[in-house]
Amino acid sequence: MINEKMLITKNTCIAPKIYELTVQGDLVDLIREPGQFVHIKVSDGTLPLLRRPISIASINRNTKELTLIYRVDGVGTKTLSLRSQGDRLEILGPLGHGFPLDVINQGETAVLVGGGIGVPPLYELSKSLSKKGIKVIHVLGFRTLEDTFYQKQFEELGKTVIVTDDGSSKFKGTVIDALQLLNLNYQVMYACGPTPMLAALENGYSDKPLYLSLEERMGCAVGACMACVCHTVDEDDEKGYRKVCSDGPVFKSGEVKLSC
Amino acid sequence: MLNVKLPGLDMKNPVMPASGCFSFGKEYGDFFDLNLLGAIAIKSATKEARFGNPTPRVAETTAGMLNAIGLQNPGVEHILDHELKDLEGIDTPILANIAGKQVDDYVYTAEKMSQSPRVNALELNISCPNVKEGGITFGTVPEIAAHLTEKVKAVSDVPVYVKLSPNVSDIVGMAKAVEEAGADGLSMINTLMGMRINLKTQKPILANKAGGLSGPAIKPVAIRMIYEVSQNVNIPIIGMGGIQDADDVIEFFLAGASAVAVGTANFVDPFCCPNIIKELPEKLKQMNVDHIDELRGRSWGRC
Repeated sequence: MINEKMLITKNTCIAPKIYELTVQGDLVDLIREPGQFVHIKVSDGTLPLLRRPISIASINRNTKELTLIYRVDGVGTKTLSLRSQGDRLEILGPLGHGFPLDVINQGETAVLVGGGIGVPPLYELSKSLSKKGIKVIHVLGFRTLEDTFYQKQFEELGKTVIVTDDGSSKFKGTVIDALQLLNLNYQVMYACGPTPMLAALENGYSDKPLYLSLEERMGCAVGACMACVCHTVDEDDEKGYRKVCSDGPVFKSGEVKLSC
Repeated sequence: MLNVKLPGLDMKNPVMPASGCFSFGKEYGDFFDLNLLGAIAIKSATKEARFGNPTPRVAETTAGMLNAIGLQNPGVEHILDHELKDLEGIDTPILANIAGKQVDDYVYTAEKMSQSPRVNALELNISCPNVKEGGITFGTVPEIAAHLTEKVKAVSDVPVYVKLSPNVSDIVGMAKAVEEAGADGLSMINTLMGMRINLKTQKPILANKAGGLSGPAIKPVAIRMIYEVSQNVNIPIIGMGGIQDADDVIEFFLAGASAVAVGTANFVDPFCCPNIIKELPEKLKQMNVDHIDELRGRSWGRC
């Protein structure tokens, strides 16, 4: 991991409050697996003071670019959305452990389940799985059709079911409702989204390998400040906890307790 | 021009990461050589392992952050057997922070910790605002703080620093009380109690509701308290509270600190400590100062 002043090559709004940010630099060479994240200093001053952890949505090793998709939700992401192409952003990364690719074989099927701003890291995951010859099915939930992003990109890689709370896409309901209806045949499931969604998946889909990417407020993002810890399910575990930033953010279902 | 000597801490420069903001060093050792640091204040140790408070444990504020970690640590025995062993390869002095629920806990942990050949001094945490028992209650009543200091001094093989809470009305009285009780030095300041409320949920952001405020926002409070205390005690002060760069370090020395600790800034920039150490000599040259010690207490004189 390095701390690099990366060049912004793109920072545009792609859906209401949703921005696609592309930065260029050597940090890209160090990314090992999909699902890792970076820690961004969005401004040079103390407003805001702390960095913002954002998951990597896709990488292009040829152009040394990585893409992040974030939702403007507070002062940090608002400030980030105002940074323009040609500026440099101080970025620490790559951080954390991402989605494992060696748990599934060529010719098998993976289901990728995403909710809202949890969808972005699944894109690089889907690209990596597809490259390995794994069939991918995406079940992605958004509030409304208007909030949807990257539908076309996901469709290019595999079957993509868009679910919306208000039914403005073809499918009304939650990703859990959709999964029940679709009754998919698959080998491994990967998910990223709100904690209640992850908890529901853990409840209903732990019979096959299930990997969950967690979100938590972070301080340092390198494992030192102990802000983002969660309990292990195994009460006899030697440590009894995991750090979302450095042990995760991706965990196998059943490893840590989900708090929601 | 940067080396400073404090009880138990023979430092090549006056900069150390603050306790709780650097874990036990391993994570930051991936970024830079820990031998560059003046000292390392390791995370609070307690008698038993502690998980700490529920999350969210941190919340950002204007130029600062609130934390309510709750002294998460694997317990003093584990720290002696593992975390301190990992630091054996470096020669930077270690300031071991200890905390407890009651006097006996402090005494137990202090005795064990001070016997480690890797520990050069203890830092008594009597000011943690985030634990239900002990912690800050030891830090708000001078007689109780003095009693605890005496008990710990009696069992410790190494010098004892007392980390003072700013959440008191008379900081000088508190400092004098622990000095009289035998403290070899002071660390100040710990975090200020604070709270943030989420406008959407209309509830406190931290699961613990209140937490300790740190970062640049509290620097003026630290400077004022060090300015007052340093003129009323004869023991050295490790100054902390919002230090981000070499200018801040100089300001703390001018206020009366003999060394400094960098806390929240490590989270903003993992290279913060080595960067400050690198910048300091040039700053001193610009000020026509041969040694950083010359700056200590320079602000005291009348105008």
